[in-house]
Amino acid sequence: MRLSDGRSGAQILSFGGYQPAKVVTNDDLAATVETNDAWIRSRTGIVSRRIAGPDETVADMAVAAGGKALAASGLTPEDIDLVIVATCTPEAQIPNTAAPVARRLGICAPGAYDLNAACAGFCYALANASDAVRTGSARHVLVIGAEKLSQWVDWTDRSTCIIFADGAGAAVVGPVTEDTAPGIGPVVWGSDGDMADKIFVKDRNSFIFQEGQAVFRWATTALHPVAKQACERAGVDPADLAAFIPHQANLRIVEAIARKLGAPQAKVADDIVTAGNTSSASIPLALSRMIERGEIPSGAPALLIGFGAGICYAAQVIKVP
Amino acid sequence: MAMTEQEILAGLGEIIDEVAGVPADQVTPEKTFVDDLDIDSLSMVEIAVAAQDKFGVEIPDDQLKDLKTVQDVVDYVRRSAVSA
Repeated sequence: MRLSDGRSGAQILSFGGYQPAKVVTNDDLAATVETNDAWIRSRTGIVSRRIAGPDETVADMAVAAGGKALAASGLTPEDIDLVIVATCTPEAQIPNTAAPVARRLGICAPGAYDLNAACAGFCYALANASDAVRTGSARHVLVIGAEKLSQWVDWTDRSTCIIFADGAGAAVVGPVTEDTAPGIGPVVWGSDGDMADKIFVKDRNSFIFQEGQAVFRWATTALHPVAKQACERAGVDPADLAAFIPHQANLRIVEAIARKLGAPQAKVADDIVTAGNTSSASIPLALSRMIERGEIPSGAPALLIGFGAGICYAAQVIKVP
Repeated sequence: MAMTEQEILAGLGEIIDEVAGVPADQVTPEKTFVDDLDIDSLSMVEIAVAAQDKFGVEIPDDQLKDLKTVQDVVDYVRRSAVSA
């Protein structure tokens, strides 16, 4: 048997992000549930979030973000041969999200699958994409994180409705050229099924439940070693990171992990302030906006870490496109 | 050797300064976390985690909610350190 011809490394060629038009402020929420702006800001860092319209689907948002990343990559739809959509809020169980999204983007007959690692989904999908390029299973991969969490939120539950939001982010992954260094480092990933009851949706008629304090304790103690390990495996000193983009779960978690990581030069993503927690979309969405604003230079090393329900987590160092 | 009450209080002051930005000299035994020191439940979790690193005493979430004052934490650490 022959094996496919692999590549020496993969890199991210571009990012793209999409946010729904509707802005929901803390004051908007305070009008319907017992909460207030100061409380939400101090506990989560969130000032406002975006919520999809009633007819706007996860696929619509995935197409919007994926289309932007594709356009920014300079490639054409024909160049893409694998589409991975990371989501824990798909419109339907059957069919998947990836195949119709690929079709709408004009990508002809790619491999297409959904991946559910909740808020860690983008980092898992990025690792899959990198491996696919390196082994020769795909040449160019479109990786999308897209979520419509608003339809799984109880809008009378003040512990969750202040946190979760909607959005999408995407990246195009391709091979490195002969004279460039790899752009996606080794993934460090894992899970802890003992904590499956800390964040869950019981059944299709239920809403998202989160044991906030337990998740906070876990996130602020278990993740900085994972982040450090991802740097170590990539051979990048945390002190040399230009950016740190953890999943935008809660600004307090983001700041605690950043402090314990010790990356003084790194611009730390705080996209949650105006985006809320968009699960698998949060990392590519934050990155696309940081790149748009010129906050992180092209070619610089950035550390990503996703974490969420499962519990699942994954981290890797990337080179900013 | 067991830590003295003063040592625990001093260590706790350092932790609270780092986690919540409350100067260590304000961390006196009678102070309540919520009302006097303006420390919320998430900061309490961070304090508990840091206390575990510093004193080797685990404070689970269900115990943490009953620790209202600085003295409560000092007592908890002393009790747990003795029984450990």
